[in-house]
Order: sequence, then structure tokens, then C-alpha cells
Amino acid sequence: MISNLIDNEQIETLLSDVLDAHGYDFSEYSPASIKRRILRLYGLDNFVSFAEFRYTVKTDKQYFKRFLEEITVNVTEMFRDPSFYKALRNDVLPIFGTYPFIRIWVAGCSTGEEAYSLAIVLKELKLLHKSLIYATDINPSVLEKAKKGMFPLNYLKGYSENYLQSGGEQDFSTYYAANYTLAKFDETLSEKMIFSTHNLVSDHSFNEFQLILCRNVLIYFDKELQHKVFQLFDNSLEQLGYLALGSKESLDFWPKAKQFKRIKTEKIWRKL
Amino acid sequence: MAEALTPDKCSALVIGGSAGSLDVLLKIFPDLDTNISFPIIIVTHRKPGNDTLLADLLQNRTDLKIREVDEKEEIVAGCVYIAPADYHLLIEKNKTFSLDYSEKVNYSRPSIDVTFQSAAEIYKDELVCILLSGSNADGVEGLKTVNNFGGLAVIQNPKTAIMPYMPQQAVLNVKKGTILDAVDMADFINKLATK
Repeated sequence: MISNLIDNEQIETLLSDVLDAHGYDFSEYSPASIKRRILRLYGLDNFVSFAEFRYTVKTDKQYFKRFLEEITVNVTEMFRDPSFYKALRNDVLPIFGTYPFIRIWVAGCSTGEEAYSLAIVLKELKLLHKSLIYATDINPSVLEKAKKGMFPLNYLKGYSENYLQSGGEQDFSTYYAANYTLAKFDETLSEKMIFSTHNLVSDHSFNEFQLILCRNVLIYFDKELQHKVFQLFDNSLEQLGYLALGSKESLDFWPKAKQFKRIKTEKIWRKL
Repeated sequence: MAEALTPDKCSALVIGGSAGSLDVLLKIFPDLDTNISFPIIIVTHRKPGNDTLLADLLQNRTDLKIREVDEKEEIVAGCVYIAPADYHLLIEKNKTFSLDYSEKVNYSRPSIDVTFQSAAEIYKDELVCILLSGSNADGVEGLKTVNNFGGLAVIQNPKTAIMPYMPQQAVLNVKKGTILDAVDMADFINKLATK
């Protein structure tokens, strides 16, 4: 078992190399999960020693791309937590009906499944034409995948079930074309998306939004970093805008949480 | 498998199980003392969804406080924590939980291996992990790690398991541990608390 042999100091040294050489700061990530990701990659790529792994991460730009993609978690799905999408569909998005223009930020969008889910709901509510979805991630290579809007076909059955449970009433298969092992989603959805790299740790607010979705990203951050990111979201939300988090994440312990009101039982808060 | 001694001190108990494990949990909880001196952490395979069924079932059978884990929640002695469906459950050095939505391990999320391994690193020789009934081998690697860090691996006697495969694999592959019948588990846990 590798974790017996690699101690926390070695992990810290590696992460400090990453900051010095590449400018990415992982020092406020949850230690247990970042360590697990690093050891997983170290094991997968068969390095002779941790020193060699460290050296490669530090000096090999090509390998660092892989490192970044593998130590951040990029598992996501369409319409994950159907009850959440139901609440968006019924209680949040209709409020934007009277707005001339809707700006939404999907922070930590990974390969884009949430952005496409959201676009589908907006389309069905006849709001997509006046919406713009800013989908950002720390990781340039996942954004390349997100832009393409192609997801493995074998997941689509599950996504379709999620979609129906979330209150979708269309035939889900009308949104994509099956192409060998991939489902290519309709370009009318991605036309309304802007993909860009954004690092929640170090980058600033870049616009004001009516809705920010950041689901299952903050679980990888420690409390202090979470609070910094909440402040960033606060700075990026219009008054009466909404913030949506993952099903196990919460705004509750953030000192300014009182300025937000929770919507029913979902992890959605409205800025007062 | 060689017989292992119970630790001098137990700082955490982690129970993992899959198919057939609910039965055992429902048997254990009514007989547990309510002044348990360590946290109990439960990781079972179940379907994703927001249901609190497992927590409710257990809460109906004990006065111990049962909670489904929230991320970064502090781990408190005497509390029972349930890994939420569809997240891996990790333990931090500062005795808080982290959740992780990364790839499934052994086709499972939460994976028992992930939590056993994470707990082993933190609690070392003050950890007891129990592996219950199940039909895959998730948890076996985790028990090996628990052994390596000096913790105690406890395995449900496969003869008393509805699905014996998981505990059987553990008996075959884990070097040192204790095998317990389901009916003896509550008593075993109560005794750990008096150490």
C-alpha cells in the first residue's frame, strides 16, 4: 500500500513545487482527498520513485497537463440529483422570465454535463435564447471536451431517467445524435455557452450573474478556501441572484450566510 | 488468518457492508450501549438518492445520535455517522469528514476500501474496522491497510452472512483479524468502549 510509504510532507513538497513551477495553488484543498488523488496517479503511472514523479510534475509541461486533469476530480453527470433540477425548473428559472438577459455561471463545469442539462431546462422554459451560460473550470483539457458536447452513449439511459425524474417532458433523445459510442448534443444548446478557464483559488470575479451553479466542487476545498470562494460568488451575484451548491455542501457556516435565504429543501440560496 | 488481539484503545469504529449487511446492522444497534466512547462510521453500498431510510431505520433502534455525514463535519465520539450515497467518505487529520465524488472503486461509491484506508492512516492502531456481508470484495484491501497501520480487522463469520462472498474474501486475504458471528457483534462493540 503506497500510502504507508509516502508521508504528508512529501505531498506538501510536491504541491509547493506545483505552485512554484506552474502557478496552481492546492495548499487549501482538503488534504485527505488531494493526497488520495496524488497517490492514485503516482500508482497509475508507474514511477520508479516519488522523487522521479516530483521531478516530472515539476519540469514536464506535457505531463503536468495530465497531472492537473487527474488530481482534480472530473466525474460528473447530466441531471444529477433530479430533485435539484426540478427545483431549478419550477422555482428558480421561471423568475428570470421577465429579465431581458440571463447570465449564469457554472463554476467548475468539468466536461460540461451540468451546463448542457441547464441549457435543456432553459430551452424548455423558452428562456435559452436570452441566456448566456459561462462554463468555467481550472482545467483546459476538460473544457475542450465540454465544448464538443459529446458524452459516452452508454450513460445516456441513466441521464434520460434523471431528466424524466427532474420534470422533463420531452423525448430526451431529441437533444442528441448518437454517433458510434458517443452522443453529440444539439449545437443550439452549446451556442449559448462560453467556455473559459477560471481558477476559483486565484482568479477574481469577472461578471455579475443571476445564477451561479457550483456543485460538488467545494467538497475538495478546506473551510477557509470555501469561505473565500463564497465571497467570490457573493461578489459575482446580482442582488436576488441564486447560488446552487452540491447536495452535501452548505453555506451555513459562512459568516455572511445570513444575507442569503435558502429555497425550500434544496441546496439553493437566494442573495437578499 | 491469524487471530488478532483487540486494541488497548479504540478511537474509531468503521463498519462496512453491502448486500445483506442491513440485517446485521439492525441486529447490532438495539443492543449497543448509549455511552460509546468513540465515533461509529458506517459505509454501505446503496442506491443514489436523497433518502434517509438507513438513518431512520437505525435511529428507531437506538438512542445514539445517527447522522448522515455532511462534508467537513466534525467527528464526535458517541455519534454514529452514515456515508452518504454516491460519495466516497474520507477522514482528515483534524478529525473531520471529507466527501469525494471521484471514480467508483470496486464499482462502488461509497467504497468501503476508501474509507477503511483513510481511517487507517488517521487512527492507526486505535482503529477497529468491521466488514459485514456482501457480494463483492470491496473492503478487503481496506482491511489489509488497517492491519498495516496496526488497527484491528474484524470480519463477520461468512457462515452467518446472507451474502458470504465479501467476508470470505477478507478471511482468505487478510493476514490478521477476528471473526465474529453477527449475534456477538453488539457485545464486542460494547466491550471496546470500556477499554
